[in-house]
Amino acid sequence: MSVEVDPAPKFSEYAHPERLVSTEWLAEHLGEPGLVVVESDEDVLLYETGHIPGSVKLDWHTDLNDPVQRDYVSAERFAELLSERGIAPDTTIVIYGDKNNWWAAYALWVFTLFGHADVRLLDGGRAKWEAEGRDYTLDQPEVAAAEYPVPVRDDSVVRAFKDDVLAHFGSPLIDVRSPEEYDGSRTTAPAYPEEGALRAGHIPSAQNVPWGKAAADDGTFRSVAELDAIYRDGAGLQTGDDVIAYCRIGERSSHTWFVLHHLLGFENVRNYDGSWTEWGSAVRVPIVTGAEPGEAPAAVGVSAR
Amino acid sequence: MSEADAVSDAEPGAALPEALAEIQRDFLDLGVKDRLQLLLEFSNELPELPQRYADHPDLLEQVVECQSPVFIFTEVEGGRVRLHATAPRESPTTRGFASIIAQGLDGLTVEEALAVPDDYPQTIGLVEAVSPLRIRGMTALLGRAKRQIRERAAAQ
Repeated sequence: MSVEVDPAPKFSEYAHPERLVSTEWLAEHLGEPGLVVVESDEDVLLYETGHIPGSVKLDWHTDLNDPVQRDYVSAERFAELLSERGIAPDTTIVIYGDKNNWWAAYALWVFTLFGHADVRLLDGGRAKWEAEGRDYTLDQPEVAAAEYPVPVRDDSVVRAFKDDVLAHFGSPLIDVRSPEEYDGSRTTAPAYPEEGALRAGHIPSAQNVPWGKAAADDGTFRSVAELDAIYRDGAGLQTGDDVIAYCRIGERSSHTWFVLHHLLGFENVRNYDGSWTEWGSAVRVPIVTGAEPGEAPAAVGVSAR
Repeated sequence: MSEADAVSDAEPGAALPEALAEIQRDFLDLGVKDRLQLLLEFSNELPELPQRYADHPDLLEQVVECQSPVFIFTEVEGGRVRLHATAPRESPTTRGFASIIAQGLDGLTVEEALAVPDDYPQTIGLVEAVSPLRIRGMTALLGRAKRQIRERAAAQ
């Protein structure tokens, strides 16, 4: 039972317009059966300060990441998480969050790994909803648990591992971190805590396109023409390319994955969630410093896909 | 380990200042979910800046390791620490961290403040509630406050 798609003209030019909803659409559809609104923020307390009425909270650290192994939660845990939030496999999920939907896109990408069919982003996220003076509540919704069978997580389609990157050389890589992280002058985003990488720089041949370029000033996604100028003209991507995006822990590159796949229609886009915290500490992987991408080494091994 | 061992293991003078010890007890007495609510209360309690800093944001020092813009300023008056901090409303976690540090250090002597263990943020039960990565922002905040106190005290 899928909720109708937002027919907003702005979205119709995107490859997958059904992946976005506008704040107007969401305001009209709140409370509709079959729709669950999920807030996913960088700040773990933001939901508690006020949220879209009826929305449920999901935290990328404490809910989606396994507490022991560096990986996402098990399929069993994922099923529990969604069940507790009143989500069934045929539920339409709309995710929104702070920071240009950075963490909302990350949650959407993880939901994609687990094969949830209908998951959308609120264009403009929390900031736009707030700027428009729309309703917030402090009330926690009373959620009736839904039946969510244990899904199968498929890591082969939208996720890349380090060996996949080594086998990918010669095809485009997009490094979505800040220019300072890319050129090697620092290993973390300006104003972010040290997450631990022993070396600085970027994966050879990666083009640097900081993730936030895809968002307009009001936090909504830029038009196809603007996105084409950034990713096709600027970073040299061409239709049919097999692309891997990475950042530091895979969150910012989830946002770029969303843009390349759902908005621009690149069919084969993977997010390397190990990203710089893995690559920058791995032994004997090639690294380039400075502002130039550098040459791609020969591809090593065979990608798992 | 017997109680007697526990006592003998403690470093002389390693006891936490009362305010920090009380904050620690309050958090540890709660379940993980309620700890978030308490952090939110701290966030809401972060006082407005004194006018002289509100008018001069240039006097405040940004803690760059924190995920959100947070500014702190410490003063040492008569050997005692005063700490002011500000962070935006849309960063309640960071505000909560700043509020804990401010309430915990304010009024301490320089020696007491500098003796606060650097790993205090990891000992109040918030690591599992907010994640190890986020708690690093609070560790950075404490480190920055102690550095400022050391500098202010040395300049006197």
